Amino acid sequence: MAEYSAFALLKNALSGNRDWRPAWRKPDPKPTYDVIIVGGGGHGLSTAYYLAKEHGITNVAVLEKGYLGSGNVGRNTVTVRSNYLLPQNIRFYEHSMKMWEELSHDLNYNVMFSQRGVLALGHSPGQIDEFARRGNAMRHLGVDAELMDVAAIKKLMPGIDETASARFPIVGGLMQRRAGTARHDAVAWGYARAADRRGVDILENCEVNGFIKDGDRVVGVTTSRGEIRAKKIAVAVAGSTGHVMRMAGVDRLPIESHVLQAFVTESIKPFLDTVVTFGMGHFYMNQSDKGGLVYGGDIDGYNSYAQRGNLPIVEDVMSEMLALFPSLAPVRVLRSWGGIMDMSMDGSPIITTGPLPGMYLNCGWCYGGFKATPASGFCFAHTIARDQPHEFNAPFSLDRFHSGAVIDDKGQGATPRLH
Amino acid sequence: MLITCPYCGPRDVSEYTYQGDGNRTRPEPASTDQEAWNAYVYDRVNIAGAHHEIWQHSGGCRAHLAVVRSTTTHKIASVGFVREAGHRKHERHARPGAKA
Repeated sequence: MAEYSAFALLKNALSGNRDWRPAWRKPDPKPTYDVIIVGGGGHGLSTAYYLAKEHGITNVAVLEKGYLGSGNVGRNTVTVRSNYLLPQNIRFYEHSMKMWEELSHDLNYNVMFSQRGVLALGHSPGQIDEFARRGNAMRHLGVDAELMDVAAIKKLMPGIDETASARFPIVGGLMQRRAGTARHDAVAWGYARAADRRGVDILENCEVNGFIKDGDRVVGVTTSRGEIRAKKIAVAVAGSTGHVMRMAGVDRLPIESHVLQAFVTESIKPFLDTVVTFGMGHFYMNQSDKGGLVYGGDIDGYNSYAQRGNLPIVEDVMSEMLALFPSLAPVRVLRSWGGIMDMSMDGSPIITTGPLPGMYLNCGWCYGGFKATPASGFCFAHTIARDQPHEFNAPFSLDRFHSGAVIDDKGQGATPRLH
Repeated sequence: MLITCPYCGPRDVSEYTYQGDGNRTRPEPASTDQEAWNAYVYDRVNIAGAHHEIWQHSGGCRAHLAVVRSTTTHKIASVGFVREAGHRKHERHARPGAKA
């Protein structure tokens, strides 16, 4: 397999870059595996990697219906952060943040992790009080958080409208400096190569169209590339969870699928050093290394499996961008796209054994699946290998909705379109 | 996306408010069946295909509408009033003691 080093770069440069080998193999499916992971996105690939690395389970297949990177792992806005309020979420996402800090070395693959900071803007004294509370909750558990005043924010991002005549004047903000962005394609490719190198089969263009059952127990899947059986079947298909789980006979879950649109502008000169989120609506933006502004807002608000949205939200997102940065009005939008979010009923994820014997489920990532990629795979691999959760995902059970132990970080109740 | 309100005709989706999954059945208010209440509050059909849902024409006549819409194409198969026959299961239950 291709190893990346200064020496390899030099050697391949001298031979005209003709001898690079593919980053992962394209094997044919074997009839049986120890573990099948349905879904070749970030979470599925990282699960396969940590199954092999942490638990020595290498007879694993990752099934991807398209090509690697064609689903949500390539449709997000690349933000990585751990600025949560409730301890269950802070612990999990901070574990993820620590894994991000080491990920490029761990995978021998540059995921372009950039700790450029994530700043949440507040527009009223009450909101700043809430930020202070959140920041204290984070610092209490060892996560960095810092309140910023308007002058410091203006210095950090000169393009922002900080005047009192802004539609929603800025009062302050909560900054997490260790947060930032990573390159989503590199995350998928890096995990794929690292998992493949440890023996995992990555089966692309292999769409699951049914589950094989022995009584209640799930023992295999039927796919567009034939029947494959395994002792354990793990499902990590994000927005398609409802659709895939219905094939297994689970017709109701505490999730809804919604479309989230994102946008990128033409490249402009360096404009924004950090990731900024707008506290009076729902808007977030960063500038890519190429110079394009990458941004998004709310989900469209109704159930959807279509990877495209509708125009009212486009208008909403654009108006929020201009409320913050009026100078961006002449900048042209290059393209927009939609990804499907599996919105859970309390806004927190589900990583669990079941709901059927032989099955494991990873879903409910709402807006925030990308930042969770390393910890999600790490915890899911632990759950699959040991048939019990890791301490970090123990609170993220499926039965919390029926036992009453919901993790409602945003305090919005069982209305997923509000999370 | 256009939704054709039976009163007002075709109107832009921005005039409407999504009220969620129309497949849920609310237990009787006096019910103490915890599983039934949990299922009503938390469990969703979330189908990829024809989805029964409730919308309110909040920017128009304010009627509550039972809509069948494809979640894969956004195409709308039917729009009716929630109160009409065939959509009765979506109707809110009367308060205890109220006339049926």
